Amino acid sequence: MRNSLILIFVLFTIPVFAQDNLMDILDKESEPVTDYTIQTFKGTRLVNGQSVETKGKNELEFIFAHRFGPMSGGAYELFGLDQAYVRYGLEYGITNRLGVGLGRNSYDKTSDGYVRYKVLRQSKGAVNMPFTVTFFGIGAYKASPKKADATYDIQPVDRLSYTAQFLIARKFTSNLSLQVMPSFVHKNTVDKTIENNDTFVLGVGGRIKVSRSVAITSEYYHRFNVMDTNPYYDAIGVGVDIETGGHVFQIVLTNTRGLTERAFLTETTGQVSKGDIHLGFNITRTFQTKKKEEKAD
Amino acid sequence: MIQIMRKYLFFIAMMMTIVSYGQKYISEKAFVSFYSHALIEDIKANNTKASCVFDTATGDIAFSILIKDFVFAKPLMQEHFNEKYMESEKFPKSTFQGKIVGFNASKKGPQSVKAQGKIILHGVTRNIDVPGTMEVQGNRVLMKSVFVAKLVDYNITRPEIMFQKIAEQVDVTVEFTLKPYEK
Repeated sequence: MRNSLILIFVLFTIPVFAQDNLMDILDKESEPVTDYTIQTFKGTRLVNGQSVETKGKNELEFIFAHRFGPMSGGAYELFGLDQAYVRYGLEYGITNRLGVGLGRNSYDKTSDGYVRYKVLRQSKGAVNMPFTVTFFGIGAYKASPKKADATYDIQPVDRLSYTAQFLIARKFTSNLSLQVMPSFVHKNTVDKTIENNDTFVLGVGGRIKVSRSVAITSEYYHRFNVMDTNPYYDAIGVGVDIETGGHVFQIVLTNTRGLTERAFLTETTGQVSKGDIHLGFNITRTFQTKKKEEKAD
Repeated sequence: MIQIMRKYLFFIAMMMTIVSYGQKYISEKAFVSFYSHALIEDIKANNTKASCVFDTATGDIAFSILIKDFVFAKPLMQEHFNEKYMESEKFPKSTFQGKIVGFNASKKGPQSVKAQGKIILHGVTRNIDVPGTMEVQGNRVLMKSVFVAKLVDYNITRPEIMFQKIAEQVDVTVEFTLKPYEK
């Protein structure tokens, strides 16, 4: 009798044990997944330059950017606000990793076209990848000066420049992301007394998220093998990103006015120590051109 | 007499043993979705990668969902959902552990049941008690539950679009098809 009772008791106990392990069964049975990092940066621009971010598939982003004159212009120029250069741009996500863009910058009357591709995605889990790497390539056509105003017989081919960049970023925590940008700029025709056709530039930048929707960003681009006669400066900038719904507002302070790679990587005119700092902003609006097919339910 | 008692008890013990084996079911198909209607834009997402284990002998149930597996029609909305509202890097999954009350494995047709237990969502643990239906179809068990979750209960900031706050609560639908679990 007693033995049977013990037996019953033991048998009751077994299923009780099994219950606690339901979570273990779920863990054991779940397939290993790859967790891709999202939102290393809020926008496709860090300050002036590019971030590793690409637009999602079928997303169309309209970018409207302003750079005012130098604050060193004083009260007469309303600290730069009297004059502004503008760039209008469109970027489209062909896939979640491949994007193309077009733009027009009033600075140097430059038109640009570019492509970006996310080569590697930072992830953990089944696939461990410490960095996100995006390739960015841009061609730009500088329409100024007019042919009549040029100091030499300028041809359309002389106005072209190309920039290739590898953007390498890591989101260290949800609040801290850093990026390095080895870059190569080729200009078809240059003034050989001050610069070479090819310039190597290494950029570093990052962002610190200060709240759910606000982040501080910064970037610095260092040029290598610069001639002593070169009148330009390295580009530097800081910004505040404010995000709401499909908009990202970026308010920036920088020593450069151009918004295409050739201009800000190799032809930055502002000397920070002399107060050549420009206020500027980037406003982006993302439109969804086509929705993902919804599951029939 | 004692002999008869002993036989009888042994028989009960045997029955218990039979009941407690081969009773676990694991998800074969899953569909978890939430929906919130708003003037400007509806918020809606589906997750078909959730997993669930159910023990018919004890009524114990557990399920687990990765927040990043929720799919939205708009990729940007999906990013904001993960980054700004669910903070899925900090809280990658949501789990539920509890009991199904009122389930009878031998009953035909849909039956009303209740799920009671602890849900962990956005790092917040809460006791919930939600209604649902279950049905045994051959060697499959189907379960479905529709309930309302208030964002404030889980410390989730109310999303806003164009500075307008939307969605105070969301309608959650959970559907599983379970198959016998073999180790």
